[in-house]
Amino acid sequence: MFTIISISILVVMIIALIRAILGPTLYDRILAVNVVGTKTVLLLSVLSVTAGRGDMVDIALVYALINFISVIAVLRFFEYNKEQQADVEQQ
Amino acid sequence: MDIFLNVLSWICLLAGGFLGITGAVGLFRFPDFFTRLHAASVTDTLSTFLIIIGLMLQANSLMMIIKLLLVLLIIAYTSPTSAHSLAKSALHSGLKPFLKDKENQNS
Amino acid sequence: MKQLLSLTVILAVFWLVNSGHYTPLLLGLGAISIGLILYLSRRMEHVDGEVEPSIVMSIHLPFYLFWLLVEIIKSNLDVVTRVWKGEAAISPTVFKVKASQKSDVCRVLYANSITMTPGTITLDIDGDTFEVHALSEEGKEGVLTGEMDKRVSKLER
Repeated sequence: MFTIISISILVVMIIALIRAILGPTLYDRILAVNVVGTKTVLLLSVLSVTAGRGDMVDIALVYALINFISVIAVLRFFEYNKEQQADVEQQ
Repeated sequence: MDIFLNVLSWICLLAGGFLGITGAVGLFRFPDFFTRLHAASVTDTLSTFLIIIGLMLQANSLMMIIKLLLVLLIIAYTSPTSAHSLAKSALHSGLKPFLKDKENQNS
Repeated sequence: MKQLLSLTVILAVFWLVNSGHYTPLLLGLGAISIGLILYLSRRMEHVDGEVEPSIVMSIHLPFYLFWLLVEIIKSNLDVVTRVWKGEAAISPTVFKVKASQKSDVCRVLYANSITMTPGTITLDIDGDTFEVHALSEEGKEGVLTGEMDKRVSKLER
């Protein structure tokens, strides 16, 4: 039964990865990567419950935080990049 | 009692998996970035809630239940923030939302 | 000062819940890391200048969260049916809505609640005006009735 859930999470990750490769705009790609990150957290939780070990949930916890920070950091990077480009164009 | 909890947790897990796949299908069926964001938020909220609650019913120690609750809380706190941040920087970089009626958009 | 105290309590509870080992060595390591984080957040305060503790203290909060959960489930089912019906079932709109909250914390809570319910997303915030993107006309009407706005404003008292 845990196998079915794991497979369905993996299917979602594959679909999101295809969206990340096809994605017409940059933001579609970041959104797809964010979905993959959330699903990774869930997959890690499912694995740790299957193994019956509480200490594996810590990895999922840390991954959730890393996923959040990385999405915000990438967005900040592109936002400032855009502003700098606009400044250069104005000059 | 044990069978009841098992059945409840399997229902939660299956519903969560189905909602996750629905969100992923929505990533393909919707026409532009902002509508896809709505589809992705389905996978972030109810699908995550259901899967984690299903796992909590299966967990074998109190420690694990508390940790899974923390995972749920962190996802619930961070997902609206990253969704808003994505939408805001997409809007500021000049991405126009797709609107249904083109007449209203022009007027 | 109030913020530092609440931060200390939250961090201590977080450490104790997550570690699960109560030996002197690990408790000492926890105390050291809490001290380090307090020092870092003091330094950040010079930059940020935020003094209020960012927690909403109200007896109405659990009721609000329960109501929000019900709303999230309802709008999730709505978005799921729209996904399977396809492009014909959606009519995306952008509109503006006024927030009646006074404090920044409650305004953030309102904007986050709008984003958290699928079907509506806060695009931009300008003072007390939110720019909201909705997946359908029903979602737009749901926000414009102002029920969520009233419920969040109730938390301020």
